[in-house]
Amino acid sequence: MPATVRVRFFARYAELMGCAEATVSLSLPATVGDVVQRLREDFPGARALPERPLAAVNLKQAKLDARVQDGDEVALLPPIAGG
Amino acid sequence: MTHLTRDVLSVDRLVADVAGPTFGGTCIFLGTVRNGPDEQGVTAIEYSAYEEMVEAEFTRLLADAHARWPEARIAVRHRVGTIPVGEASIAIAAAAPHRAQAFEACRFVIEEVKRRVPVWKKELRVDGTEVWVDPHGRPTSSPPVPLSASRRGGTHD
Repeated sequence: MPATVRVRFFARYAELMGCAEATVSLSLPATVGDVVQRLREDFPGARALPERPLAAVNLKQAKLDARVQDGDEVALLPPIAGG
Repeated sequence: MTHLTRDVLSVDRLVADVAGPTFGGTCIFLGTVRNGPDEQGVTAIEYSAYEEMVEAEFTRLLADAHARWPEARIAVRHRVGTIPVGEASIAIAAAAPHRAQAFEACRFVIEEVKRRVPVWKKELRVDGTEVWVDPHGRPTSSPPVPLSASRRGGTHD
């Protein structure tokens, strides 16, 4: 089953990617890790991302083996530096 | 924005948010932008955020704090944008019937913010360079920067 997810990039990752967001299409079942892999294939800037970046799905931190669904918002988060 | 603001943080407003007649102690934490001996001429820090997730994470974080200290009342605001040295980037107020709960709740919130809330900072230095801060010490900067610089936060620890 095909799915489309919106992927958002922040801070240094947005600089590496050259954009703040992208759309990724992939077949379900799929995981956050699959989304990262697809980015690496489609975006040269994504190859500079860490192997296992911190990620969130629908505004909540998620592991790379977490499943994604059609319409999800995935975010790749550089090391958190708040406060 | 509820917990995020681009304005200078007001401690008075934060304290007013948690004030109540049953509270015997209020603990306030301010995180301020620093240019100490370990920094290399930091003039300001540019804070950016995943704003929607920051709000969601603050909601979860404050619910966790409420579960631990149900009698406490907590308010927190994080500033984003360019913040000059000496000004606050985060302000937390925790009021509770007794001081121990106020201190504990306040400490809990700042520690969880540093662990969970998706905010990033870029040091702006007097020599014109800009460096992403990685609190875990991994090199992150776009321009060439000594590895020894990557551990510094430029803010309170």
